Amino acid sequence: MNADASAAFDLEVESVVKKFAAFTAVDEVSFTVPKGSFFSILGPSGCGKTTLMRMIAGFLEPTSGDLRIKGRSMLGVPPNRRPVNMVFQHLALFPMMSVAENVAYGLRRRGAGRAEIEEKVAAMLARVGLPDAGEKRIDQLSGGQKQRIAIARCLVLEPDLLLLDEPLGALDLKLREQMKVELKQLQADVGTTFVYITHDQSEALVMSDQVAVMNAGRFEQVGNPQALYYRPETAFVAGFVGDSNRWIGAAVAVDGRGIKLATDDGLVLYGTAAGRGQVQSGGSLDVFVRPESIAISRSGKDMESWHNRVQGKVKNLLFNGANSRAVVIDDKTGFELIVALPQTGEFADLQRGETVHLGWSAEQTLCFVHDGAAEAA
Amino acid sequence: MFKYKQEGRIVMIKSTLKVLAGTAIVALFAGNAQADTLRLLTWGGYAPDEVIALFKKETGIDVKVTKSNNEDMISKLRATGGSGFDLAQPSQDRIAGAQREYGIYKPLDLSKINKAQFIDSMFKSTTSQSMVDGKVYGVPHVWGTSGLIVDKSKAGWVKDYTDLCDPKLKGKVSYRLKRPTLIGFAFAMGMDPFAAYNDKAKYAEILSKVEKKLISCKGNVKAYWSGGDQLLNLVRSGEVVAAMAWDTGGWKLNNEMKSVTFVAPKSGALGWIDSFALPARGKNDEAAYKWINFVMQPKIAAMITKAAGNFTASKGADNYVDARLKAQFQESFPQEAIDNIKWYPPVPAGLEEMEGKVLDRIKAAKSN
Amino acid sequence: MERVSAGTKLTVLVLFAPFILWMLLLVILPHIDLLTISLRERVAPRVYEFSFKNYMEFFVEPLYWRTFARTAIMSILATVLTLIIGFPISYYIAKIARGRLKSSLFLLCMLPFWVSELVRTFGWMILLRESGIISGVLQWLGLADGPVEMLYNDAAIMVGLVYTSMLFMVVPLVSTLDSLDDGLIEAAYDLGGSTIAILREIVIPHAMPGIVSGCIVVFMLTLGNYLTPTLLGGKDSLWFTEQIYNQFITRFNWEQGSAFGFLLLLLSSAIIWTGLRLTRQRLQDTIK
Ligand SMILES: Nc1ncnc2c1ncn2[C@@H]1O[C@H](COP(=O)(O)OP(=O)(O)OP(=O)(O)O)[C@@H](O)[C@H]1O
Ligand SMILES: [Mg+2]
Repeated sequence: MNADASAAFDLEVESVVKKFAAFTAVDEVSFTVPKGSFFSILGPSGCGKTTLMRMIAGFLEPTSGDLRIKGRSMLGVPPNRRPVNMVFQHLALFPMMSVAENVAYGLRRRGAGRAEIEEKVAAMLARVGLPDAGEKRIDQLSGGQKQRIAIARCLVLEPDLLLLDEPLGALDLKLREQMKVELKQLQADVGTTFVYITHDQSEALVMSDQVAVMNAGRFEQVGNPQALYYRPETAFVAGFVGDSNRWIGAAVAVDGRGIKLATDDGLVLYGTAAGRGQVQSGGSLDVFVRPESIAISRSGKDMESWHNRVQGKVKNLLFNGANSRAVVIDDKTGFELIVALPQTGEFADLQRGETVHLGWSAEQTLCFVHDGAAEAA
Repeated sequence: MFKYKQEGRIVMIKSTLKVLAGTAIVALFAGNAQADTLRLLTWGGYAPDEVIALFKKETGIDVKVTKSNNEDMISKLRATGGSGFDLAQPSQDRIAGAQREYGIYKPLDLSKINKAQFIDSMFKSTTSQSMVDGKVYGVPHVWGTSGLIVDKSKAGWVKDYTDLCDPKLKGKVSYRLKRPTLIGFAFAMGMDPFAAYNDKAKYAEILSKVEKKLISCKGNVKAYWSGGDQLLNLVRSGEVVAAMAWDTGGWKLNNEMKSVTFVAPKSGALGWIDSFALPARGKNDEAAYKWINFVMQPKIAAMITKAAGNFTASKGADNYVDARLKAQFQESFPQEAIDNIKWYPPVPAGLEEMEGKVLDRIKAAKSN
Repeated sequence: MERVSAGTKLTVLVLFAPFILWMLLLVILPHIDLLTISLRERVAPRVYEFSFKNYMEFFVEPLYWRTFARTAIMSILATVLTLIIGFPISYYIAKIARGRLKSSLFLLCMLPFWVSELVRTFGWMILLRESGIISGVLQWLGLADGPVEMLYNDAAIMVGLVYTSMLFMVVPLVSTLDSLDDGLIEAAYDLGGSTIAILREIVIPHAMPGIVSGCIVVFMLTLGNYLTPTLLGGKDSLWFTEQIYNQFITRFNWEQGSAFGFLLLLLSSAIIWTGLRLTRQRLQDTIK
């Protein structure tokens, strides 16, 4: 482990492209992962996440671009020579070996001494909370335990980089919630750099220091979870990360970043330009408003301070404790809006069919130049 | 140690089983053994289609032919206790022994056979050789010899079986690993195995000399042939230039390759007579007798000679035989060669076991 | 309750009746018959005596046990060769070839079995004989100055046996290798395993049931083969089944033949048992 001290990044990916015949699975992707961080790649199924990860692990060679781990280019280095280990989508534990033998496998292949192996395996099993599982067979483990052994098997090798390909995908919801927390804790404890693939935004947001949102082979945005949630740079990110009310419309007037626009349903709204594109008057827009940025009231007077106001009837109530929402139908356009209900108890008696007034600010109405890419989300 | 006869306890179980299996098989293949069918167990060529057609026309009886050889016939009949066939054609020397041992045949009623159609000397020889307890079990049909097939352009100097072991013929020779080879070599080595048939010690001594000879001869052997066609192909391709085989094979090759023919060995060709015998539990003896009388007619016998390549015991059939075959026969068999033919006497029980071991040892020995 | 279980028993019995009947009529009873025959000795025409002579004969007469030893050793060798050649082929078919290539390769392995064993063996004879194709090509290329005989020796037998057995090795191997998750191989590779280590520690242990069942089938088939050794082996090739055939058919010595048949059954079972013990495999594991 003679790491190059000058390399601040454990992983640098530079303009990597992967083509399968005419099909481009990964398209000009560049990013860096700082040492000791938890980096997630979030994207819908089939967007190229696994392909990207397999290039980092060494199972695929990039068509072009460069991959560096601790400053050293990995092009042409086979998987068994890379300081990287991977937790597979289906775990791939060796059924012909005991749990301890699974964990010891990599150490044995490195030619470590017997005593050292035993000591490290025991320590690692204790670390993942399964100190007594060593003698068990793989098929005697529960789903969550298998998960932990798959990770332990890699971590015991003290890799520079641990790659995890949707490792929680096979677990049920409850266990997934629990493992999310455990995994984050484990990463903080061992300090190994994690690169984590998922199509579940909540996994990415909860665990990561940095998240890259991937779509159709490209990175849409790289940032911390807050930035992605509150300051999406593309319509795709705005739509994919968190829930939003969403319209398609056209700009009526543009004043700096402020925009007056008309939705296709005929609603007139005030919004703010977001993302990279330049909004032109008359240009087509994707418009996003988060449910929790909409204020709700039973009287229209409370709404006068908001730029955007709508009056409608409650169509449905989605009770979910602290996350309860209402579906409101705009009286004028018939558009359905989802609104978060405040936790003050004021709306605990809200009835279906009741008339409510909604209002929200222009700053929280994000307008992206419409480019069609967002359709995917 | 206890003794029991064939009719003992275990045999009881066996016969019960046989009845069971038999019923099952009969149920499966019912209708196979109808009264107007003759089930014939014979050699290739002995029942040509045209003869079968003529027979059917005359008698209305269908003939179902199963091709076989001496050992196979005995095995088949032994396995079924002599049933499954109505007429069999073992060589005359293999009837009496098998009958004594396994009881697979029934005595012939000679009054039903037209004796006048047979060459007298052969009829006498076969009926006396196939006699068990005063009853006759066989009448002659086709006869022939084994001797040498030689490509005269390459090995014209081969005159006797022992010449096959000459170093000049390394890898160019073929013969069968069967009892005729042992007997032929014994004669060629100046011994008389037939005279020793009933003296096991003497016979064993002869066999052991022949065994040594044949083991030392292995290097000359290309392959031990087992089927007639296999041998013919070996000679045709030129891989084998001298072999011990049946006369007909030599004449057949002679039709294709002038330089190849059958040679009666100096020590004498070995003569065999294939005969007719009635399986113990045959169901259609009438048809069997009709067939015997039918095929012994000179014209029909000549047709069989044409198909099989061998002459029959039918009196007067020579007149109808193909001139070319006759010429080939005369070339291979001058009068003194005919006189010198060694006819197989009946094989006493126990010899085949001794011979078997010798043959196995020859086969297992490494060639030099 | 009582009635239901009696009813179920009857149903099971009825369902299994054909199988039991088949086993009884075609397997067990003939073997009992064979056993009783093998335990008697002919003392005079149609008079037999209880005796172990036929079994003793095998051990006393070097010819017989040598023939068996030779047959067994050649069969083991053929099995090992078939495994060594069949494994990479199976691995390629199961793990590397995709789509149409995969099915056509598999088909290619089966192709020889569309003709009878006799025809297949004759095919080899045509290729290998002195006046055959290979000999001709060698002479034409100038690699040999006279006809070359490649038939009638142990190597020819081996070629024939391996060729005849290949399918029976490849089918179980392909099916076990097919069930091996590619992820396991990649994971082992990722954890630092070399190709050889992965083969030894992941692929072979996984394929073990296929290897064992393939080897047993090939071994038994080879041991029981009759045509290939006799036709391709020629003059030096005494095979044990030929010995049994000879005893039954050309010597009419059913007693000896039955004894040999039983010895073949016992000795081959013993060899397989030893093989399983040596490789620490259990027969039950292959049936899953
Ligand atoms: N070997 C290959 N040959 C051709 N196309 C491939 C190959 N591997 C992947 N692809 C294609 O590349 C695209 C990306 O695949 P990838 O497995 O990286 O998706 P993913 O983001 O991991 O999806 P998921 O979340 O479903 O696992 C897919 O459209 C897939 O069909
Ligand atoms: Mg994937």
